[in-house]
Amino acid sequence: MEFLAYLISGISLGSVYAIIALGYTMVYGIAKMLNFAHGDVIMVGGYISFCAMQSLGFSAFPSVLLAMLVCTMLGVVIEALAYKPLRSAAPLAVLITAIGVSNLLQNAAMLIWKAAPRVYTPVVSGSMQLFDGKLKVSYISLLTIAACLVIMAALMLFTGKTRIGKAMRACAEDRGAAELMGINVNATVSLTFAIGSGLAAIAGVLLCSFSGTLMPTTGSMPGIKAFTAAVFGGIGSIPGAFLGGLLLGVIESLAQAYITSTMANSIVFCVLIAVLLVRPAGLLGKYVPEKV
Amino acid sequence: MEQAILKVDDLHVDYGNIHALKGVSFEVQAGEIVTLIGANGAGKSTTLNTIARLHKQSAGHVSFMGQDLAKFPAHKIISQGLALVPEGRRVFLQMTVAENLEMGAFSRKGSDFDEDLQRVYELFPRLKERRRQTAGTLSGGEQQMIAMGRALMSRPKLLMLDEPSMGLAPILVDQIFDIIRSLHKAGVTILLVEQNAQAALSVADRGYVLEIGKVVASGTGGELLESPAIKKAYLGG
Repeated sequence: MEFLAYLISGISLGSVYAIIALGYTMVYGIAKMLNFAHGDVIMVGGYISFCAMQSLGFSAFPSVLLAMLVCTMLGVVIEALAYKPLRSAAPLAVLITAIGVSNLLQNAAMLIWKAAPRVYTPVVSGSMQLFDGKLKVSYISLLTIAACLVIMAALMLFTGKTRIGKAMRACAEDRGAAELMGINVNATVSLTFAIGSGLAAIAGVLLCSFSGTLMPTTGSMPGIKAFTAAVFGGIGSIPGAFLGGLLLGVIESLAQAYITSTMANSIVFCVLIAVLLVRPAGLLGKYVPEKV
Repeated sequence: MEQAILKVDDLHVDYGNIHALKGVSFEVQAGEIVTLIGANGAGKSTTLNTIARLHKQSAGHVSFMGQDLAKFPAHKIISQGLALVPEGRRVFLQMTVAENLEMGAFSRKGSDFDEDLQRVYELFPRLKERRRQTAGTLSGGEQQMIAMGRALMSRPKLLMLDEPSMGLAPILVDQIFDIIRSLHKAGVTILLVEQNAQAALSVADRGYVLEIGKVVASGTGGELLESPAIKKAYLGG
């Protein structure tokens, strides 16, 4: 019963990682860049929803919508101002810019919302008792898992069935060839940032609801973990990000419970290294050789 | 005299310090197959890529159906009726054959999509059999068919083919050239870039010979095939 509780908490933590990792992996797939500011968009989503609930008196649902709206716009603006001018620059220049944007967002948040942690009221409270009260599952856990599944399914449908989604996959594979097909690559990259950042806002709300606190560096560690999850599952792959996120959450939760809580992160990264040694492209990462 | 649908006039392209094209001029009339031949590095692919706006020219003009192409970004070229089958095919390897063809029609927003798809499948029955397979699992020759079919899905007024026979077994090369002939018969105008000068000149109405960024000779396919200088340089004696 104890194991089940840890497993569920791992899956819900993993679901948050997965939602963040989906954003990472989509942006990587299309723009071929690691957007290290992605974690900080999560934090902005947390603060926007916090302000909407605390200062504006919104209820949970409209607060989440507002956070998504603001983060979507933020993502598009970041892409247009910081990354678009570097479209043909060296990857290292883009990477350093992304780290710069991450710092900028954290410091701007410190300026606006101050450095002290805020108490974040979960968007959903309470829990469900199972097996005569032996197993307690919080509603926020259930909501997180459900949100992750819905987002995952929606993204699979979008990229697999819609015209724009297919164009997105075409851009991910070969930007030049996509342009020859008449696909506007710049617009597609913008759209990807919009989707990824909107998802980051949802992740932010869920993450803060879990931890109950919020500060300007809230997004850093989950951002790095989600990046790990994306690599773990195979960067660029949507099901890979989902699987990687879930596994990462479960490993972390079980390691914390049964091995040592202080070493949980180290164990997670050891597993990552082991997986990459055997499968360099990640669990679901594809390597397609070019035929001549 | 018929009006040229593509007119390239004194085209110059620089890659940094390298002057890749040094004033290339040629034209293509409606219904023709025109070929650009020349050695590696002569500027053949650069010419096609510049027409398709994947590269920027440093001087000169390209006009297509009377429009200056310089005012269009690369992704607007295909909707002008100009489709490029790029060197190395560049099909979307992780997408299915059918999805690749669908991407070819992206600029047309789906009208008469099924009709065009049937036409491409008629031309390449192989693609119909394998329409649900991922493009990466197909052979090189089949991938070339995808690339050509994908370009045809846009209903191009001019089809530009960049080294369609590259890396293919001789029997597949013959097949690709048969397809080029049948497209020509169906009225598609073709601009063909090839290293296989013999094959290219035998299907072409006219040809231009490129050497280090310049047109050094031109004529009908037959004339060029018979020319002693061309024979010596490009046709192996």
